[in-house]
Amino acid sequence: MALLSKKDTSLILDPLTDNNPITIQVLGICSALAITAELKASIVMAISVLFVLGVGNVVISLMRNIIPSKIRIIVQLIVVAALVIIVDQVLKAFAYELSKTLSVFVGLIITNCIIMGRFEAFALGNGPWKSFLDGIGNAAGYGVILVIVGFFRELLGSGTLMGYKVLGDPIAKTGLYSIGYENNGFMLLSPMALIVVGIIIWVQRSRNRALIEEN
Amino acid sequence: MKDKRLTFKKRLHILKHHYRDKKMAPAFNALHTFLFTPDETTHSGSHVRAADDLKRTMNTVIMALLPVLVFAMFNAGYQHYAAVAAANGEPLQFSLWDTFLTWDNFYIGLIKVLPLLVVSYGVGLLVEFIFAVIKGHEVEEGYLVTGMLVPLIVPIDTPLWMLAVSVVFGVVIGKEVFGGTGMNILNPALTIRAFLFFAYPTWMSGDKVWVYEAVERAGTPDAISGETILGSLAQNSDISYSVSDMFFGFIPGSVGETSTFLILLGGLFLIFSKIASWRIMVSAVVGALVMGLIFNGVVDQGWIGEGSKFYGLMSFEFWKHLIVGGLAFGIVYMATDPVTGSQTNRGKWIYGFFIGFISVMIRVFNPAYPEGVFLAILLMNVFAPTIDHYVVRGNVNRRLKRAKNATVYPKDSESKESELQVETA
Repeated sequence: MALLSKKDTSLILDPLTDNNPITIQVLGICSALAITAELKASIVMAISVLFVLGVGNVVISLMRNIIPSKIRIIVQLIVVAALVIIVDQVLKAFAYELSKTLSVFVGLIITNCIIMGRFEAFALGNGPWKSFLDGIGNAAGYGVILVIVGFFRELLGSGTLMGYKVLGDPIAKTGLYSIGYENNGFMLLSPMALIVVGIIIWVQRSRNRALIEEN
Repeated sequence: MKDKRLTFKKRLHILKHHYRDKKMAPAFNALHTFLFTPDETTHSGSHVRAADDLKRTMNTVIMALLPVLVFAMFNAGYQHYAAVAAANGEPLQFSLWDTFLTWDNFYIGLIKVLPLLVVSYGVGLLVEFIFAVIKGHEVEEGYLVTGMLVPLIVPIDTPLWMLAVSVVFGVVIGKEVFGGTGMNILNPALTIRAFLFFAYPTWMSGDKVWVYEAVERAGTPDAISGETILGSLAQNSDISYSVSDMFFGFIPGSVGETSTFLILLGGLFLIFSKIASWRIMVSAVVGALVMGLIFNGVVDQGWIGEGSKFYGLMSFEFWKHLIVGGLAFGIVYMATDPVTGSQTNRGKWIYGFFIGFISVMIRVFNPAYPEGVFLAILLMNVFAPTIDHYVVRGNVNRRLKRAKNATVYPKDSESKESELQVETA
């Protein structure tokens, strides 16, 4: 018997592709636009959400039978808030510069619709193990898009990747810059992030036509 | 050999039948119908013959743009030599025949403007052809005008690869994702300019980009510069150009935007050929004048002192806003785009008015964007469908009211009214 049953595997893999929280459910767009100007920030954000959603789903799932349904949103908020504060404090302690780049957006993980969405839609009705897999899968699906957007925005907008000058030095005019290449400042602005996400949605749906909604 | 006697046209017809139903057919057909009238005829059903099809409309606009293009070539050279002479300390005396309409000027214009034109058309049409082949529809004529507008609204020294990148972005994101010609929300030419402006701001503003070779010489002893009039005003510095220079266009600026006179002629031509809407043009001019008057009034009241950073542009006589910068070009060739503008007559008045109004407002209030026209037009492009919606709804409601007042319903007037509403909606 494999470690994961077929159903469990689909819990993790579906959100990565055909049920992606960003490109299919169009959730969590706000943070995807705000913090993807650098690849490093995108990766840290993806890991933070992975932690919050994975642990949060398990906690909510364990408590699902004792939460009165009238106040479940408040309980969910408390769980997310506690986890986000842990993430925030860890970042401040070990990656202070990065936590300044992410600024309020770490705190705003609380309001990330993906997290509340998974609590409501999955963790409240399923066991801890399944909820954990679902949380990991959705956070990974979110993270993949964040990393793709962050990759293109940093590469084309600043000419760097993770802070390394992969295209040469724009001031000393080395590498690509010696032949007249220039960074695309538009890539650093949020509208371009929306367009990049839009292009990803376009590519995904034209590869898998079943995803195109009727309208 | 019978083939020898076939004309080029016949050969194309034969080739066309040969390629029918192949994947490349749309690309080939586009070339064919651009050069010749197709040989197919309709065999059944009713059909309408109209002279002013899309291609004819596009060609009319291009005809209106040609004088501007030729003038732009001369002006490119003139601005270059004038800036060089000014840098050497012996300002060039302007004279239409001796220093403006010369072969030297035209040559510089030719080697700078023609590549812009070629890249704009080449890249844009390539994207259109690729999309037509992938989607399997005919190539649309929509890019003919856009391709002509693009080189006219960028600074002369724009690097060609930047233009190419922007054209790809503008045609794909501005037009093709919405469904191609006639379906776009935003004017593709302005989308291209907006992309250039936000992506490569150092090449789109400042005092180094509007004159040929100013970028190459920057920082050297024989550096030349040519600030646009709006740019100088934004820095509260004096301008040395006379009103007639501004009107006829012997000033630095984007390639084709300088000559208000020729743009005006082009605009009249478009109005008389009924291609462009005079309502949009008139209301945009009115809007710009109103905003300019408001700002002049503010200065006259003494609310803004000479120390203010807005003083230069606010105290600029209101009517001069029309003859500097890209306002005239934007109003005549961009705002009147029938696809992205308002469709209803009342809507056109509102749409045009706000284009003029917001353009001047952006000019004055944001010194970083002295050229606010393209932003104003793009903004109103977005609002045009909303304006049309409310104009149509307003008309429906007015007629409902009239119908209700005119008819006397003896008893069940309420049910009649709701019936009427259902019918009209």
